[in-house]
Amino acid sequence: MEGWDPNTKSTLTQIPLLTIKAGPRDGAAWTQRLKEEYKALIAYTSMNKSKDNDWFRISAANPEGTRWKGKCWYVHNLLKYEFDLQFDVPVTYPSTAPELELPELDGKTEKMYRGGKICLTVHFKPLWAKNCPRFGIAHALCLGLAPWLAAEIPVLVDSGMIKHKDDVATSSES
Amino acid sequence: MEAELKELVNDLHSLKKSISNPSHLALIDKMHLHAENIATLEKSGTTRRSKVKDMSAEVIDSNPYSRLMALQRMGIVNNYERIREFSVAIVGIGGVGSVAAEMLTRCGIGRLLLYDYDKVELANMNRLFFRPEQVGMTKTDAAVQTLSEINPDVVLESYTLNITTVEGFDTFMSSLTNKSFQPAKSGSGVDLVLSCVDNYEARMVVNQACNELNQTWMESGVSEDAVSGHIQLLIPGETACFACVPPLVVASGIDERTLKREGVCAASLPTTMGVVAGLLVQNTLKYLLKFGQVSRYLGYNALKDYFPTMEMKPNSQCSNAACLERQKEYILAKPTRDAAAKAKADKEVLSAAQNPVHADNEWNISVVDDEEVAGASGGNSGVLPEGIVHELPVADEYPKPPVTETVGPADDLEELRRQLEALNAD
Ligand SMILES: [Zn+2]
Repeated sequence: MEGWDPNTKSTLTQIPLLTIKAGPRDGAAWTQRLKEEYKALIAYTSMNKSKDNDWFRISAANPEGTRWKGKCWYVHNLLKYEFDLQFDVPVTYPSTAPELELPELDGKTEKMYRGGKICLTVHFKPLWAKNCPRFGIAHALCLGLAPWLAAEIPVLVDSGMIKHKDDVATSSES
Repeated sequence: MEAELKELVNDLHSLKKSISNPSHLALIDKMHLHAENIATLEKSGTTRRSKVKDMSAEVIDSNPYSRLMALQRMGIVNNYERIREFSVAIVGIGGVGSVAAEMLTRCGIGRLLLYDYDKVELANMNRLFFRPEQVGMTKTDAAVQTLSEINPDVVLESYTLNITTVEGFDTFMSSLTNKSFQPAKSGSGVDLVLSCVDNYEARMVVNQACNELNQTWMESGVSEDAVSGHIQLLIPGETACFACVPPLVVASGIDERTLKREGVCAASLPTTMGVVAGLLVQNTLKYLLKFGQVSRYLGYNALKDYFPTMEMKPNSQCSNAACLERQKEYILAKPTRDAAAKAKADKEVLSAAQNPVHADNEWNISVVDDEEVAGASGGNSGVLPEGIVHELPVADEYPKPPVTETVGPADDLEELRRQLEALNAD
């Protein structure tokens, strides 16, 4: 895992791996995969909370579990910046990773494709491909979104592209 | 524009009335005349050409197809008019897809199906085709606007959707199978699918659809550093599918580690995209109209002006189930194919002497395919020509974990959903 910081690496190894290679068009197999996705997300969220490093909320937005919505946040200079998070599970999942979207930041940074899809590092896709089907949504958040927020939010704040909401100025993350 | 010109003429009129110095009158009259001329030009510019019923080979200024039909007269193409029977689907109407669409439109293709979910942005203006006044329109609508003006004979269908989502994929599949344009055609409703998307995820989706539909397609790509590109022909069961081997790209010769990526996702050049679109549509025309040699893989390294070519056999360990089905069908059809190839070869023996270039490809493939089954999981990765590299690694082999899952509340989807929601709530 060249190119990843030690923290991301150690977190990643603690998220349960998935076993079923199934996408949204695979019927019952997808339901089984979905259960594994939930287990990994539950484990990852619990782990973050226990380490006082809670940083996202995500829930299926439809009964099929193909569309997901939630929030993610990042603390910079003691201020919390929160954004809507959404993505679709692609029909070719898990051969291809979900494309994570932060629609509120669309057009504010060059490290983003249109529609607010975050631009992943050169390290992400090879690692995902190598680990198919063992990586799931939780791994995509850990390897894709977390490093992206850590790299981009400070730049966006310091350059004035994003402003802090005053009403959450004093509260730290729950 | 028309209203602005009217205003200008009115102003000149009042200026003429109020002016006392007669020496200025001639100048005002001249300006008046210029304004009228511009108005006339503007009007004539918006007139559309009417549809043409039959393609004529007559060489006159008013025939939009005379130079194309000349291909037939020169013996390059047997029957150019057949182009009007073909349907081509273009997925991704960006820097490559839009230019490919324009080329096929100008060639008089029968029907184009256009897929994109994106809008035209000012940031696209370094590429060809879209115009600044189209900013904000969907790429599909803007393309239909321009293409129907260029050639009203082409049947245009636009689909503003994202093919990677479940709903988008369903519409994509049903649009490809709709046969209303050529009801007698065998197979799907289109003759060729061109993938002009800019990401691996969407290419894998096109691959999925084409494997399921047994649909021949062509892949195209331009590297994120804008200095290399490639086109690839994919025939389900016969050639490697897009999932058979990790995607192949042309090495730009730049060390990835020295490539400065900070602050940008991708660069783009109208030149590289235009070259790749040209190679793609050239291969399309050769494939549809059956002339020349259709390339299986053609790379383009812009820094060295190097064009590597290669062929890839399907991988018997491909992770795509539909690909494996197509491979089985292809092997089963071998006797029929061999007989047809032999008949063709016998016929060509007579004329082979003067044209050796044509003879070596087509039946060479069906002869080799017995051995290809032996190919292990890596596909042909060991024999890549110089300058072509894999973009992604192969998925690691890993032992299936023992089934230790407890069946019960922990394995109920609703229960798991509730657990996550409970965590989300506090
Ligand atoms: Zn395959």
